Amino acid sequence: MGIYSCLGKNLDEVRDALYTAKSGIVLDPKRKEMGFRSGLTAYIEEPNLKGVLSRNQRVYMPEQAQYAYVATAEALRNAKIDQDYLDSHEVGLLYGNDSSADAVVRSVDTMREKKDTTLVGSGAIFKSMNSTVTMNLSCIFKLKGINLTVSGACASGSHAIGLGALLIRNGLQDMVVCGGAQEVNPFSIGSFDGISAFSIRENDPTKASRPFDRDRDGLVPGGGAATVIIESYESAVKRGAPILAEVLGYGFSSNGDHISVPNVDGPARSLSMAIKLSGISINDIGYINAHATSTHVGDQNEAKAIYQVFGDVRPEVTSTKGQTGHEMWMAGASEIIYSMLMMKNGFIAPNLNFENPDEDSAKLNIPSKRVEKKFDIFLSNSFGFGGTNSTLVVKNL
Amino acid sequence: MEKEELIKQINEVLAEEFEVEVETITPEANIKETLQLDSLSLVDMVALIESTFSVKIKGQEVAAVKTFGSLYDFIYERLGK
Repeated sequence: MGIYSCLGKNLDEVRDALYTAKSGIVLDPKRKEMGFRSGLTAYIEEPNLKGVLSRNQRVYMPEQAQYAYVATAEALRNAKIDQDYLDSHEVGLLYGNDSSADAVVRSVDTMREKKDTTLVGSGAIFKSMNSTVTMNLSCIFKLKGINLTVSGACASGSHAIGLGALLIRNGLQDMVVCGGAQEVNPFSIGSFDGISAFSIRENDPTKASRPFDRDRDGLVPGGGAATVIIESYESAVKRGAPILAEVLGYGFSSNGDHISVPNVDGPARSLSMAIKLSGISINDIGYINAHATSTHVGDQNEAKAIYQVFGDVRPEVTSTKGQTGHEMWMAGASEIIYSMLMMKNGFIAPNLNFENPDEDSAKLNIPSKRVEKKFDIFLSNSFGFGGTNSTLVVKNL
Repeated sequence: MEKEELIKQINEVLAEEFEVEVETITPEANIKETLQLDSLSLVDMVALIESTFSVKIKGQEVAAVKTFGSLYDFIYERLGK
């Protein structure tokens, strides 16, 4: 595993931030100058890769590809995979990403102003495409297996891991680098701000993202990148890899409904499918990492879906988005890592800013304080625009 | 601008953009080899010259400019010096 998020630039920093319930949310005055309804955002410092990667590698990388590089380098190190291994095996790459707005906007500005396409530079095309993360990572790490970006809105990172597990389970790959990346620049989410989806609790940024809380008023955008290396059990044992966990089940569904408003049935089917394919009982699940983004209807319908599936079995449910904001294309992957860090270290981070339940969240077991608890199986939800749903069930090893 | 001054400026912008030591840029040196240009980064060199000196190098002209010396002459002439 490897991560670069608003909670920290590596696994150790992020584990500590989860344990201490640190918030990564700030108010960005630049967004207010740009006419944003909400200037709230997660704060991410761009990594300085000069001296790490060559100019001719960096010039094709937008910010989210840089985050993904740092996270993937950490994940490969932790998985004890070196360049020799990558050179001599067909290692795949499935990464969630669903926009690359900054490069597009800058290119268009240049073309409009200068009326000369040469001046946009050679990096613009590669930075602009949705597949920018996979095209950059595959060239930098010289990967030779499947090479594909998964664009499934805010479930992209989760689908990437689920699809990677399916490829491995079907014997098509022995190892796949999976993850999700999300740009954090204002251009990338201006249109999202425009539909009034964001919290406007600007006077208290760390209180703004409050999943499941009665007084939530919208999400806070975030980003970064998270990478997990998934591998067949035989391959991992053969090379003496540190085995952390098993992807037990991947459930998915489509709401077949509204483009932005989630429903209950779609997510419930995704949860049920993941649990069924895992071959476990709901009683075996020790923690649910919810998708809940701090929007009114989204959190309400996810609470209904969880209750519909779990009923009176009440494992702890939290959304780490209270700390991170909504990491969108990255979230499905980062939240697997957040949950893994909690599982490996025997605690459940509090659902930050959960002060008062509403009618639906009251039926769930949502801790507002950290819980010291050992658990061996968790379930993680990710849902996205267009009604795409993904659920992963992961078991400790 | 005197030619010496122009050459110094060309060397500095190229060295900074392509991350090479400015001392490696000499009139006789091959541009592509020195700056480690491939077909894509060559586009960036053309764009850099255009945005810095307002001198456009067209496709067929790029092929003729092989050394830094020929690049200095090309830009100097286009600037009407």
